[in-house]
Amino acid sequence: MSTETTSAAVGPVEGVTLYDAGNPAPLIEPPRKRTGKTPRSTRGNFEMAAWLFMRLSGVVLVVLVLGHLLLQLVLDGGVSKIGFAFVAGRWASPFWQVWDLLMLWLAMLHGANGLRTVVNDYAERPNTRLWLKGLLYTATVFTILLGTLVIFTFDPNIR
Amino acid sequence: MATPVMEKTAAKDSAPSPYITVTFRIRRFNPEVSDEAQWQDFQIEIDPKERVLDGLHKIKWDVDGSLTFRRSCAHGICGSDAMRINGKNRLACKTLIKDINPEKPITVEAIKGLTVLKDLVVDMDPFFQAYRDVMPFLVTTGNEPTRERLQSAEDRERFDDTTKCILCAACTSSCPVFWNDGQYFGPAAIVNAHRFIFDSRDEAGEQRLEILNDKDGVWRCRTTFNCTDACPRGIEVTKAIQEVKRALITRRF
Repeated sequence: MSTETTSAAVGPVEGVTLYDAGNPAPLIEPPRKRTGKTPRSTRGNFEMAAWLFMRLSGVVLVVLVLGHLLLQLVLDGGVSKIGFAFVAGRWASPFWQVWDLLMLWLAMLHGANGLRTVVNDYAERPNTRLWLKGLLYTATVFTILLGTLVIFTFDPNIR
Repeated sequence: MATPVMEKTAAKDSAPSPYITVTFRIRRFNPEVSDEAQWQDFQIEIDPKERVLDGLHKIKWDVDGSLTFRRSCAHGICGSDAMRINGKNRLACKTLIKDINPEKPITVEAIKGLTVLKDLVVDMDPFFQAYRDVMPFLVTTGNEPTRERLQSAEDRERFDDTTKCILCAACTSSCPVFWNDGQYFGPAAIVNAHRFIFDSRDEAGEQRLEILNDKDGVWRCRTTFNCTDACPRGIEVTKAIQEVKRALITRRF
């Protein structure tokens, strides 16, 4: 009625078995087990704020990024018009400064928060998680600060 | 003249046998023998209108008594026999052989994300810990009424879907976020919190929402809909989780 394959995981095998009834194989520690390291409470509104920010910034970014792409790549001669003069001309107006600044901040924070959740979901060891997040936050802060500095201190008479 | 009994047996012999040969490929693990799990094939004769659980019974009773799995009622109510059949979480007692292509080997393994104790039996403690954490019981203040706590049909309808949960863990163990570190509350706990949060008779909704406003609470849900697909009771699990999220933001429930 059956054809069985003898396997090490099921029945007795030749030679020495490492494990028996008195000395079973170690099990993986159950998740959610309350240990001394378990924090008392991890409640707070940060995750809610982050979740809400992703939705709201996403909606705003659709407008900002599509508008940006349309302006840069499609309208008025397409991509070939982009040069130092074009950017300088645009940043002469406070409207485009605010547009670009908003796009920079929202896109960076949106992307960084998305990557933070990816790291949270996929990093298995606490140390990996720490380093990946450290790298992510450093890169984010650096890019945001540099971009903000450039937008505010941009001088078209660079030479 | 033949007796009715003989006629019956003759008729039975001429009818084609309903039995077909099906291969069950089962993920076996026995910590008393090895620290590694292995696939083992069993070939059994089974009616395709029977269930996967019947096949497991045949193997355990007639072929290999060491095969270990949980089942109690065997009729889809107790929620003991959730397992990963052909890569999808289902109840073995509600899955017919004919519905999962018996021509190929049927793979059966323990649900993922929980510690396997033996063969198809997992340690359910973390799952029930998350369930207990959301306080799955009626909380009220004031004097106890001398009669039933009445509720309108509409108020009852509000949480009807989530009362159907049988705590089989098919949803929680299909959730990729739960697979990672197992700290996420999991769909089942949130479904059972939803059942009381949206109950007009219950008064601890705020408290439960606060519990789920955790780092590992509802906000870790990525809406992958694995839980809704896995639920053997057809509960719209992801929808319930989203409703809890909305209640947390608007504080209206």
